[in-house]
Amino acid sequence: MNTLAFSATIAAASFCAGFLGSLTGLGGGFIVTPVLTLVFAADIRYAIGASLISIIATSSGAAAAYVKEGFTNLRVGMLLEIATVVGALLGASLVAVFPTRVITVIFGLVLLVSAYLTTRPRAEHLTAGLPPDPLAARLRLDSEYPTPEGPQRYRVRNVPGGFALMWLAGVLSGLLGIGSGAVKVLAMDRVMYLPFKVSTATSNFMIGVTAAASAGIYLRHGYVDPGLAMPVMLGVLAGSMVGARLLFGARTARLRLLFAVVIALIALEMIYHGAVGRS
Amino acid sequence: MATQPTPEQDARVQQAVGNLLRAGVLLAASVVLAGGVVFLLRHGGSVPDYRVFRGEPMDLRSFGGIVRDAFSGSGRGLIQLGLLLLVATPVARVAFTAVAFAFERDRTYVLIALLVLSLLFKSLAG
Repeated sequence: MNTLAFSATIAAASFCAGFLGSLTGLGGGFIVTPVLTLVFAADIRYAIGASLISIIATSSGAAAAYVKEGFTNLRVGMLLEIATVVGALLGASLVAVFPTRVITVIFGLVLLVSAYLTTRPRAEHLTAGLPPDPLAARLRLDSEYPTPEGPQRYRVRNVPGGFALMWLAGVLSGLLGIGSGAVKVLAMDRVMYLPFKVSTATSNFMIGVTAAASAGIYLRHGYVDPGLAMPVMLGVLAGSMVGARLLFGARTARLRLLFAVVIALIALEMIYHGAVGRS
Repeated sequence: MATQPTPEQDARVQQAVGNLLRAGVLLAASVVLAGGVVFLLRHGGSVPDYRVFRGEPMDLRSFGGIVRDAFSGSGRGLIQLGLLLLVATPVARVAFTAVAFAFERDRTYVLIALLVLSLLFKSLAG
């Protein structure tokens, strides 16, 4: 296969990655990495470099639409980003100390359970009628988001719990070199009771910032190859822009199912990697 | 003490941040696309091989080297420059959010955004 056909194939796979990644708030790395390593037998380090680019591209491609439409909760995103980045810095410094393979398998199992939990429907707008959470009120986190029935108010609960889980998401992403989108969405959806679409859009906003933090290191180590990253970036961007257009009209129950299927696949991918020791 | 920001203020911030993001992403994509065209015209017929990790040449790893390569018309240099622009978009996102919160006189969130920004620079400088 020559470079032209190779680039076109990768761009097509990346389009799907950006599409799914923008709708689920997970980034596109979970498709880009296995496609490059399993289908094209690329070295894992090239795949990691390209996957990092795909996460930033998904995030930036969809973020413009999500922020303008009002899905992204900028305050929640900024607040939680502190926890994630601090965690990621810690995680990266622990790589040499911890048995990452064991952690990868454990985390994969946790994600499998989470996938099951996510499919169980939750009353989305329960929080609007509740009294404000004192800490969330002081931090002005309560907001509204667009629905086909008009703007819907929501309240944010359990800020410390979400903050702690975000910190853990950061540690895991620094330690395992994986995107932390899954834990981010779960923390906002399950712990802080944000509407699902707000959770995925805000996670989408955050993952780009988290990934950008480690981009410098990968670039300096020569992981980012222009020949691979070019089709990945362009494909993912196009896919995420298309995906972002669909979020408004998408049914939340279907999004939850999509999210659950994707994190179940990520979980299996991680358990496999941990077991064969390739990551 | 700052008053609670109105939904209209929040909406203005959202529009401004959204427009900035779109501009940055489109700029990065056009540079990568231009580099990609040059790269494929020159190397489209060769057979790629990424099985063995050799690492990128030094000039594609540093900011100065990438800019030099890009302006000498190298396809790979241009792609790499576009990727640097892409990496800069989330950083600009945080910086711009800080400015937007400052316009809203929301001091808490100006501090939070600046804290995120400094952490980001710390890890980028790694």
